[in-house]
Amino acid sequence: MAVVPKKNEMPTQAPEVRAHNFEEVATGYPVEIAVAEANRCLNCPKKPCVNGCPVNINIPGFITKIKEQDFEGAYQIISMDSSLPAVCGRVCPQETQCESLCTLGVKFEPVGIGRLERFVADYHNANCKDAPVKPESNGHKVAIVGSGPSGLTCAGDLAKLGYDVTVYEAFHVAGGVLVYGIPEFRLPKSIVAKEIETLKALGVKVETNVVIGKTLTIDELIDEMGFEAVFVGSGAGLPNFMNIPGESLKGVYSANEFLTRTNLMKAYRDNTTTPIMKGGKVAVVGGGNVAMDAARTALRLGAEHVYIVYRRSLEELPARKEEVEHAMEEGIDFKLLNNPVEVLGYNNPEDPRDPKNGFVTGIRCIQMELGEPDAKGRRRPVAIPGSEFEMDVDTVVIAIGTSPNPLIKSTTEGLEVNKYGGIIVNEDGLTSRTGVYAGGDAVTGAATVITAMGAGKTAAKAIDEYIKNK
Amino acid sequence: MYKIASKKVLNSAVVQMEIEAPLVARKAKAGQFIILRVNEDGERIPLTIAGYDREAGTVKIIFQVVGATTTLLSAKEAGDTISDFVGPLGVATETEGVKKVCIVGGGVGCAIALPVAQAFHEAGAEVTSIVGFRNKDIVILEDDFKACSDNLVVMTDDGSYARHGNVTVPLKEMLEGGEKFDKIITIGPLIMMKFVVLTAKPFGTPVVVSMNPVMVDGTGMCGGCRLTLNRNGEKITKFACVDGPDFDGYEVDFDEAMSRNRIYADFEARAREEACNLLKQG
Repeated sequence: MAVVPKKNEMPTQAPEVRAHNFEEVATGYPVEIAVAEANRCLNCPKKPCVNGCPVNINIPGFITKIKEQDFEGAYQIISMDSSLPAVCGRVCPQETQCESLCTLGVKFEPVGIGRLERFVADYHNANCKDAPVKPESNGHKVAIVGSGPSGLTCAGDLAKLGYDVTVYEAFHVAGGVLVYGIPEFRLPKSIVAKEIETLKALGVKVETNVVIGKTLTIDELIDEMGFEAVFVGSGAGLPNFMNIPGESLKGVYSANEFLTRTNLMKAYRDNTTTPIMKGGKVAVVGGGNVAMDAARTALRLGAEHVYIVYRRSLEELPARKEEVEHAMEEGIDFKLLNNPVEVLGYNNPEDPRDPKNGFVTGIRCIQMELGEPDAKGRRRPVAIPGSEFEMDVDTVVIAIGTSPNPLIKSTTEGLEVNKYGGIIVNEDGLTSRTGVYAGGDAVTGAATVITAMGAGKTAAKAIDEYIKNK
Repeated sequence: MYKIASKKVLNSAVVQMEIEAPLVARKAKAGQFIILRVNEDGERIPLTIAGYDREAGTVKIIFQVVGATTTLLSAKEAGDTISDFVGPLGVATETEGVKKVCIVGGGVGCAIALPVAQAFHEAGAEVTSIVGFRNKDIVILEDDFKACSDNLVVMTDDGSYARHGNVTVPLKEMLEGGEKFDKIITIGPLIMMKFVVLTAKPFGTPVVVSMNPVMVDGTGMCGGCRLTLNRNGEKITKFACVDGPDFDGYEVDFDEAMSRNRIYADFEARAREEACNLLKQG
């Protein structure tokens, strides 16, 4: 049988339609296309794709089940290694992981592994009504701090081994960045809720409205509440700002705030109780996935024009290629090789009570060119003297990363952090405190969902061994 | 869900509630705050802790009915529940090493100033309290302040009760009269705190202000509560939720804070009206 050289296209909403709604952009493979895509897999003996997966899913195994049209069987294979298949199938950067190592990819396009994973998870969620079997308890208690991807993965893996797992979440709803950060149109919140329900059925308890480091400390969890180990997956923390004039004007948001108001607090709904500045012209500063999410969210909230302002060129944009393409298709205007130097605001010197005072009116940028490569090999952007110019905007969203949250470090004696504030761990995820493990953005700084899941999985294995050998 | 253990209407626009939240009550300290949501899909609002009962497991909040959420909350009765209640957040007010303190509270800010005054009183400090209200109808907690203050001055803006004038009037008199406070702590409207700082400045008395900006998460994640401090000629950004809510009054950029607090003024006015209509329909 001749090899089909290209991946089967993912059906998506048309750009001009999706730019005005919060429905999912990609609508998923139908059965026949999923089977056709699965049939592209050569089932090669070396299985390089598995090594590209941070949680080592048996990829050829589940694809074989799809070929056989045993979709539930495929789900069972994925769920042995992943607690969040429907999430990963949507937000993993497969192009730099499993798919980048696909044997078929040497000559042709690799197998659409991510799309197949999503198909299998969605098929399961739509068709399987059986609750997962709750494993027999082994009587040991483990606490998880944070219900984002690393925490949920660690919780799921430990629950499957029979541990009594409690996940503590600071917000009123579980999911971490999956619910407050990643927008509805990339990852519907109903899917996250469904994955969490599956974990609860396995026996995982989720306690919302508990801020570890404030409401309870890690020492209390261990000394007073009987937890034998703790996994810290508290995520990224304080948003970074540029430290330029005008950043405190009304209409300047961190990406965290802009996305949290929209996603978690549902500012996109008509009957919302959450205010957000929308409409007009919006500049998003930054070039990562979060910047793309913020720009596309601004568009969907009703902005007339949305800019991405990024100081390097298209080639250096750190966001996933697919996200950049989607953003461009939707009409996001990329102002590359530009760096903001000041946010401009309205000020009526005649009337200090003018209600427009203090609101953003524009942003002053300077043009950049690429100079010598830096330590990481990326060419350093250098300002071109005298090239400043102004852009009229009403809202500015700063998406230039975060710094770790100090709440846990400052209330946990003996927990060591690096100079950036990230928790220091060994290869098993063990921190400087016995029985305390950590992973995800709290360790690495801002990274991907799947990297965080990999860390949660590694720590779960180490916690199991630690408790068994105690 | 968190049960409302008691409710007391303090004046026409200010309500006191005790909420059953044992984990929060266990840790709460004066100067810290909580975040609550009244119902599913409601907004998260920060309220400073007005008191706590560790044994009963309750936390006291006192709030002014100003927006949609406080309107909905004020319509709840003892025995009803609210969706979410998280805390204690922020850094507690520092009471160590202060022998003589002046607490300056304004309006509903007095509800937050009270536990601070009590904490200093319990720590053995000499407490002077100056509390100000618009008029006699909205004077709250006078007896509570009397109980924990060595010296209490009540002011009303219109002179309808006690002394006539702003809180800065007696403060200035005291400072000019040679009173040496180790610290002035002021809690209330931004404009009042700004003028308390200006009043104290010529005398060099340290002033701590309690900031209450717009917040979403309250754990340092969103940055919405940021404020600018001017420290030794340098501008520093701080987050009220994790670095505060208490700050050195001489450093805070009040004009910026006042501007930022009005960001959603239009939205809030509309939302409150809708909440009122909703309640009328019952």
